[in-house]
Amino acid sequence: MIAAMADYIGRNYIQILEQLLTHLGISLLALLTACIIGIPLGYFASRSTNSERLLSIPFQVLRVVPSLALLVLLIPVMGTGVAPAVTALTVLAVPPIFLNTIVGFREVPEFMVESGVGIGMTEQQVLRQVRIPLALPMILSGVRTGMVEAIASAALAAKIGAGGLGELIFTGLGLNRADLLLIGGVLVAVLSVGCGVLFDWMTRKLLKYKY
Amino acid sequence: MIAIEYQDIVKKYEGSQAYSVDHVSAQIREGEFITILGSSGCGKTTLLKMTNRLIDPTEGKIVLFGENIAQVDPVVVRRRMGYVIQQVGLFPHMTVEENIGIIPKLEGWDKERIHQRVTELLELVELKPDEYRTRYPSQLSGGQQQRIGLARALVTDPKIMLLDEPFGAIDAITRLNLQNELMRIHQGMNKTFLLVTHDINEAFRLGNRVMIMNEGKLLQFDTPANIIRHPADPFVETLIASTKEQERFWEGIL
Amino acid sequence: MIEYFLKRPEKILNPLLEHMELVLITLLFSVALAAALTLLSLYVRKAGCVLNQLFAVLYGIPSLALFALLIPVTGLGTKTAVIVLVVYNQYLLLRNFLTGIGEVDPAVCEAAAGIGMTKMQVLLRVQLPLARKAIFAGIRLAVVSTIGIGTIASSINAGGLGDLLFDGLRTMNLVKILWGSFLSAGLAIVTNAVLKCVENAIDRKVQGQ
Repeated sequence: MIAAMADYIGRNYIQILEQLLTHLGISLLALLTACIIGIPLGYFASRSTNSERLLSIPFQVLRVVPSLALLVLLIPVMGTGVAPAVTALTVLAVPPIFLNTIVGFREVPEFMVESGVGIGMTEQQVLRQVRIPLALPMILSGVRTGMVEAIASAALAAKIGAGGLGELIFTGLGLNRADLLLIGGVLVAVLSVGCGVLFDWMTRKLLKYKY
Repeated sequence: MIAIEYQDIVKKYEGSQAYSVDHVSAQIREGEFITILGSSGCGKTTLLKMTNRLIDPTEGKIVLFGENIAQVDPVVVRRRMGYVIQQVGLFPHMTVEENIGIIPKLEGWDKERIHQRVTELLELVELKPDEYRTRYPSQLSGGQQQRIGLARALVTDPKIMLLDEPFGAIDAITRLNLQNELMRIHQGMNKTFLLVTHDINEAFRLGNRVMIMNEGKLLQFDTPANIIRHPADPFVETLIASTKEQERFWEGIL
Repeated sequence: MIEYFLKRPEKILNPLLEHMELVLITLLFSVALAAALTLLSLYVRKAGCVLNQLFAVLYGIPSLALFALLIPVTGLGTKTAVIVLVVYNQYLLLRNFLTGIGEVDPAVCEAAAGIGMTKMQVLLRVQLPLARKAIFAGIRLAVVSTIGIGTIASSINAGGLGDLLFDGLRTMNLVKILWGSFLSAGLAIVTNAVLKCVENAIDRKVQGQ
């Protein structure tokens, strides 16, 4: 088995590397897009109860919809390839980011804001110096969930022709080749767990005061 | 020189029948240490927060050093005053130095000047500058946090300091230390202090004059000695009587 | 779509029933295992920490990868699917169970121990009833997550609604794709809503006491 795996890797390492980069690329692109949509939207929703209630419902529903269903459902609309995959991953990553952003801003204690206002900060300065930094831990935890979600679903995206490491696994399943399954499985697992660890490390650097 | 003048201040919240602050007038001279005493909901905090425009009065006006604050930008009013609250409100993501220096930084002081000022203030509140400046609030005790809160409020050298139950959440022994510290700081500079408390001992100990409030009304505003000798109102009388009662209890034990 | 359903109802209903069966079996094993692990963690504090960390890492592995890694060991089929799903659920369940029990006011537990309850009695009579909202919330999360990941299990021959999705995808059969998506999404949404109602009812009862 090990020999078969080593043999496959030896002959196809360029292709595997490409798949890895594609996987990472579509996941991160989707995550970035999801942040650009989810964080500002979450901030605005947190400012009024009405908009929060209105905006949250579709995202809460989306949070529940199986990722495979969403991915497959986009095919009739957008066809196959990278574009529908990135779209689907974005849609999957937005809800945790959006919902956590709302909670993050909502949970900034009133006395912290008052303390900023009381020592003479303008509205803008309170936002930049107090609200955003204090909401950041919660927002980042949402981004992390979104990232893991995107990387996991990107593995499925191989099925709709977006490439990535999922290709290895699906080929392995189709041809009943354990070596491909193991290579694909290990790489996807390492990628996901590794990105999680890296993200935690960056969070710790960024939020020094908490540790 | 009159530092703060309340002219017939009224505050009524929407949907509420009662006055939160009920026609309060008072004059405070520069350099005085004024305490405002009352139980929760008596309007003392509302009066304090109107002084730096965190709340605007429904009627009446507040004049600081001859200037009606309703005509000044709230941010400018607040930067001229120090503000300390019970929860301290140090920003957890900033070090001690950054917390104290945040307003100077926003006002564009250069780094060296901020550093200098932070050192001065840490010495003033008796915390070793080099030991404490890089710490985060979570690494400080409650009493130390409030010292930093005080230093932050003093950073722009304001003429008026507003303190809203600053020692309310601090244990009795530390509170006594901080009260002494506060009096020392007040004596060293010609600043006007306005401190809100529900603790009669604190009010009478710190204030050279005490405002006693109940249900939005200013019942009496005088020196501690005069209030004890001539209570102006049945409420004040009961307040004094109950305190004396307690004192007798303590003496009785001995 | 409706025509397809009327002509071959079993083609749609069978995967749906299979899917629900998969979810139910998984739930049964998950809750039993999680209950045992929770008990262990309550008695051995260290075990709780280790298990939490372990399941957090496993939960971070995408399901397709975990399926792929297990196939050489346990083969294709429902067995592998259930194993993976149960492992994922442990993270959700254990975390919720332990937080729920941990958040019960220690004063209440102390009072219970003080009137002479054993540790087990405190757990069963005091902590569990007070933590039941968190416990149920964990179960709801686990069920919804199982419904979602269960669709992917079709790729390792575990059947279920994923069959409709993957078949539809392979043959580019729009009707199958739509039925598969709507049913799996619908099943997740409806189940979540129903369980949420139960959860709120429990909450009202706890509050009412």
